[in-house]
Amino acid sequence: MTIQTTNSSTPEIGPDARGFFGRFGGRFVAETLMPLILDLQKEYEKAKNDPEFYAELEALQKDYVGRASPLYFAERLTEELGGAKIFLKREDLMHTGAHKINNCLGQILLAKRMGKKRIIAETGAGMHGVATATVAARFGLECVVYMGSTDIDRQQPNVHRMKLLGAKVIPVTSGTGTLKDAMNDALRDWVTNVDSTFYIIGTVAGPHPYPEMVRDFQSVIGREVREQILEKEGRLPDSLVACIGGGSNAMGLFHPFIKDESVRLIGVEAAGYGIDTGKHAASLKGGTPGVLHGNRTFLLQSEDGQIQDAHSISAGLDYPGIGPEHAWLHEVGRGEYVSATDDEALEAFQITCRLEGIIPALESSHAIAYAIKLAPTLPKDHLMVINLSGRGDKDMATVTAHLADQLED
Amino acid sequence: MTSTTPIQGNNQGRISRRFAELKQQNRAGLVTFISAGDPDYDTGLNNLIALSEAGADVIELGMPFTDPMADGASIQKSSLRALTAGQNMQKTLQMVRELRKKDQDTPLVLMGYYNPIYCMGVDTFLAQAAEAGVDGLIVVDLPPEHDDELCVPAQKHGINFIRLATPTTDAKRLPMVLENTSGFLYYVSSTGVTGAAAPTPEKVEGEVSAIRAHTDIPIAVGFGIRTPEQAERIAKFADAVVVGSALTDCVENAASPAEGTEAIAELTRSLAKSIREAR
Repeated sequence: MTIQTTNSSTPEIGPDARGFFGRFGGRFVAETLMPLILDLQKEYEKAKNDPEFYAELEALQKDYVGRASPLYFAERLTEELGGAKIFLKREDLMHTGAHKINNCLGQILLAKRMGKKRIIAETGAGMHGVATATVAARFGLECVVYMGSTDIDRQQPNVHRMKLLGAKVIPVTSGTGTLKDAMNDALRDWVTNVDSTFYIIGTVAGPHPYPEMVRDFQSVIGREVREQILEKEGRLPDSLVACIGGGSNAMGLFHPFIKDESVRLIGVEAAGYGIDTGKHAASLKGGTPGVLHGNRTFLLQSEDGQIQDAHSISAGLDYPGIGPEHAWLHEVGRGEYVSATDDEALEAFQITCRLEGIIPALESSHAIAYAIKLAPTLPKDHLMVINLSGRGDKDMATVTAHLADQLED
Repeated sequence: MTSTTPIQGNNQGRISRRFAELKQQNRAGLVTFISAGDPDYDTGLNNLIALSEAGADVIELGMPFTDPMADGASIQKSSLRALTAGQNMQKTLQMVRELRKKDQDTPLVLMGYYNPIYCMGVDTFLAQAAEAGVDGLIVVDLPPEHDDELCVPAQKHGINFIRLATPTTDAKRLPMVLENTSGFLYYVSSTGVTGAAAPTPEKVEGEVSAIRAHTDIPIAVGFGIRTPEQAERIAKFADAVVVGSALTDCVENAASPAEGTEAIAELTRSLAKSIREAR
């Protein structure tokens, strides 16, 4: 896949041979894992250039996942806001209910090529865990999912789904029992079971080549948007809006447009109770550069380099880091990174339910929340695409608890 | 990021001197690990001094980190205990200075993860570490691919950079791992995290002799060695034996801080004795 260069002033898209996007990325892992990571990189390079690999992936994306996902004109939301023309990229309609499956399919096909028999994954909201358990079932591989004990409590339906799909869900109590600790325990499992195991990382983070590989598998989102908007409107969109935890749905949407300088790339981080409260998950807006989970990126951390807990109403954004390519897009000024609070996301969640008859994931509700602020300030011919990265069924308990009073009426 | 003038600390060569002495005595060395400031600063300092007095030949002092990805439960917990008690990088370096008031000879190696060093600033950290009397660094998440980050600058400050080799480090990769290693090589005898089950000594002996074909640098063996009996078997062929989780367990299981210090001293004495009698 080559990317059409429309403006030569855009910085060169990474990663370089050592896995860096500018100063971010890299392969900061223990020696035990280095040979595996180099193997994986070699295998991925081969797969990338193998038409059979892509043929198999595309067939599964079509018949198993249900791609292409629709690009839906959100007419009532557009009318209500009275500005930009808003489209929703309907990843919520894909098999397993979110964009996560795009990446899992690609990685499990790689695992199969490499002869691995056992799949491990970390999960926060449980969507990546469900997607991993799904593809593991489809290909008949053993599957172990690490999930923070805090997240297990707030995402029960996904825990049941993973178990039904045959995965073993291991509650993580180390550290603070959240997504970052689940990732630590998955890395500990991997370092112990190097020969048999393939680690399916769920976001555009981790050691090289993961950020590149996950981005490539998720870029199907942006490629489809490009085709669909050209078909509907005859031109490229003016802005793309997506929520960011680790940043895989955003990177998948943004990547095919990085060289198109007229397209604004807007990533929405989770501001939790507000960035100034310290209780948030906005690594770019409220963090500093550091090294964690195999890559250099922006992290929520103390001055002494100790990682701090993220907070967000949505478990899927509750991560103290961000993919290195986003850190780079932020630093070179190509991406705009903003944030939405818990309350703003809840409000956007309800607006989308009532105006469009769509129950969005709380994660995606952050993207919608920012669009609700931005769209009215833009002209009516401004084309805005929001990534509706997942559906909100999994969030019913959280939302019901927060809105208990209003819903009783 | 790199310093231009080599700084010769008084610690220059402490590790190689120690391994030369061990060779002369025809015995392996005992390398002990504890997390700095576990369970608190004062007790942690007592524990550090206890190691030096009870016969540790090299001391590894862990720099606590919230996310120790290569460590098992024991060292994870010790790291969190220390952080909860307020340990930080400055206090860890201060502990080294305190130790050096009493012990000028035992090499001290700081062990941990890159992020706290990166946040402090590599040059600031190296200058202060050299001044405090640090002899070497083991940084788990800096493979040779990232030697420019810390390994090369450390050597300019006269601090050894001790590399880990593992069962997955094949013959093709080994020269790269050895290239900028100095002081000694730490052979991680099992794939897995610290504190995991130990492999058979026969298997490890074969792997160590395969590495010796490539280098003259002393080889320390660690991961999963807990008892004097296990240490004795490894000490027959390795240049040093590393014990960590068993020592941090002493802190966890102690009824009082003083009891923990005594348990660490006791285990260190018995490990040192068995290693001295191994050959």
